[in-house]
Amino acid sequence: MARKKPESSDDPALRLSLLREMLLMRRFEERTAEAYALGKIGGFCHLYIGQEAVGAGAISVLRPDDYVITSYRDHGQALARGISPRAIMAELFGRIDGVSKGKGGSMHLFDRNTNFLGGHGIVAGHIPIATGVGFAIKYRGGDQVCLCFFGEAAVNNGAFHEALNMAALWQLPVIYLVENNRYGMGTALERASSVNDIAERACSYDMPNEVVDGQDVIAVREATIRAVTRARTENTPTLIEVRTYRFMGHSMSDAVSGTYRSKEELDEYMKRDPITVLRAQMEQRGEWSDEKMAAIDAEVRAIVEDAWNFADESPEPPLEALTEDVYVDTTSDTSTGAVAGER
Amino acid sequence: MAIITYRDALNQALREEMQRDDRVFIMGEEVGIYQGAYKVSKGLLQEFGEMRVVDTPITELGFAGVGVGAAMVGLRPVIEFMTWNFALLALDQVVNSAAKMLSMSGGQFNIPMVFRGPNGAALQLSAQHSQAWESWLAHIPGLKVVAPGTPYDAKGLLKSAIRDDNPVLVLEGEMLYNVKGEVPESDYTIPIGKAQVKREGDHVTIVSYGKMINVANQAADQLAKDGIRAEVIDLLTLRPLDAETVCASVRKTNRAVVVEEGWEICGMGAQIADYVQRDCFDDLDAPVLRVHQADVPMPYAKNLERAAKPDAQKTVAAVRQVLYLD
Ligand SMILES: Cc1ncc(C[n+]2csc(CCOP(=O)(O)OP(=O)(O)O)c2C)c(N)n1
Ligand SMILES: [Mg+2]
Repeated sequence: MARKKPESSDDPALRLSLLREMLLMRRFEERTAEAYALGKIGGFCHLYIGQEAVGAGAISVLRPDDYVITSYRDHGQALARGISPRAIMAELFGRIDGVSKGKGGSMHLFDRNTNFLGGHGIVAGHIPIATGVGFAIKYRGGDQVCLCFFGEAAVNNGAFHEALNMAALWQLPVIYLVENNRYGMGTALERASSVNDIAERACSYDMPNEVVDGQDVIAVREATIRAVTRARTENTPTLIEVRTYRFMGHSMSDAVSGTYRSKEELDEYMKRDPITVLRAQMEQRGEWSDEKMAAIDAEVRAIVEDAWNFADESPEPPLEALTEDVYVDTTSDTSTGAVAGER
Repeated sequence: MAIITYRDALNQALREEMQRDDRVFIMGEEVGIYQGAYKVSKGLLQEFGEMRVVDTPITELGFAGVGVGAAMVGLRPVIEFMTWNFALLALDQVVNSAAKMLSMSGGQFNIPMVFRGPNGAALQLSAQHSQAWESWLAHIPGLKVVAPGTPYDAKGLLKSAIRDDNPVLVLEGEMLYNVKGEVPESDYTIPIGKAQVKREGDHVTIVSYGKMINVANQAADQLAKDGIRAEVIDLLTLRPLDAETVCASVRKTNRAVVVEEGWEICGMGAQIADYVQRDCFDDLDAPVLRVHQADVPMPYAKNLERAAKPDAQKTVAAVRQVLYLD
């Protein structure tokens, strides 16, 4: 699935490819919700609908040898990173052909081939891990970067502060991208954080930072380009605050609106659907045609259908798998001296 | 007697204790406006206000410490962990502060507080969200640990926990919140440190606690169909552990099976087997067997998860083994 990423952001082909990517995420997750309702997917399942521009825009900047790490809300970013929709859907279905062999599920998508270092379930737990990846890059003298996604509620956790302080102190090539979707589960940002401009938190660590409109995929991309350049060429970390909104409930078991946010608020934010925002930009430039779009939509729908069918037909993991992959097998030759993570 | 859910039983306990003692407050993620991640604190914000039902940021270590500080100077906090998986972040405060304060201050500062929330696996939540921590927690001197498996026990034990002058950890269960049972509306407590014979029998003793008590009962039902009379002991409290009630039963049945939710190594069952071999060595007709989670991080796939969890079928098999029937 290697797509060529155009260099400049003012490029019709780039806009088209980002549109396609966001549509793929949207259609994929619409079907994910259906599969959940049918009981084909279980456990916690957190959708990315409404936030697609963040993953699509930011990941479009990366090279294949860069690293991505994220939270449990990971389907969209996994797709943007180019992981096969089949393997993602099979993971959600808990099948052997899933990216994590059915062991991880929705919250724990991992893919070594694309340096996708996981979906992590403990809020803020992966932020220090991103710092560690940055440390390893610098240690080996590489010029890769690590892009770390997390929600705005994670910044109140101690792990965030410890991780950013070390990254700034040691000048590590990490981009901390906070997806400020206004809520951590049912708690509004203002009810959990004494500082409402999250980007400002970077000042505590003397770290470059900026605030970006998360519904505008091009704006997210531009900001990420600035941060990635700083990381690659100067080993300087950045905190990017991306302002976005989730259109669905926190997870499949949470109502879309009601207890903690109103229907009116939701409707207001839904007017800035990231797909619609990009579409408007394309229309302005005369790049939009209904036929072309219909064709793309049909194409991504077909991809999603194929992924569903593949997942549905993939077998459950065999029972022997239960005890596999708890330890690396140190009795076989291959394990001695193998350098995990060396790429 | 009213039939209510485990969730509502806990809710009643919180409400009654908050009415009874204005030093009691509840603090945690989503306990207020959201009414509790699992709705255990439903209605409490409305009744007691924001000073006593406190929503926190996602800062487990921080608010556990806030609880310890408040308890040190006279309040009686109930700290809710959305689940015990996340309490791992707070263990420093639970273990290094709450558990040790009385001892290291030479008896000057006690910590009258409760840490509570669901423990153990629910359904298909995978490795980071499906963990039973009781043996870690029961390991620590200075803490008390209770694990109610029924609505009645949940209400009575939570009330005792709140009234206790020590730090008490209450291990609930996500899969238990909807379980219904008889619960009196009256004020009652269940003593911490006492196990209970939940069902009498003379062929074998099944020892369990928390959510697994329901597995033990199911197994006992199945065994009864084959004429096997199992005695089911619910530990209710894991620290201090009532070894005497367990041993009294084993002296009668001469066989014991422990059903626990956690992993095998250093699990609760190892401790119970130790008490039994020490106190009733001569009474034993078979080794003590244990039913526990497979020794792996919990997998997501439905079939693997089922294979990993302790259940009634595995318990029946263990019982038949100690009876030398298979
Ligand atoms: C340490 C920890 N505490 C609590 C939870 C339960 N939890 C899961 S997601 C979440 C809200 C996180 O919100 P945010 O960081 O803004 O990310 P979003 O879900 O909005 O993407 C909470 C409280 C958890 N997973 N980990
Ligand atoms: Mg959020």
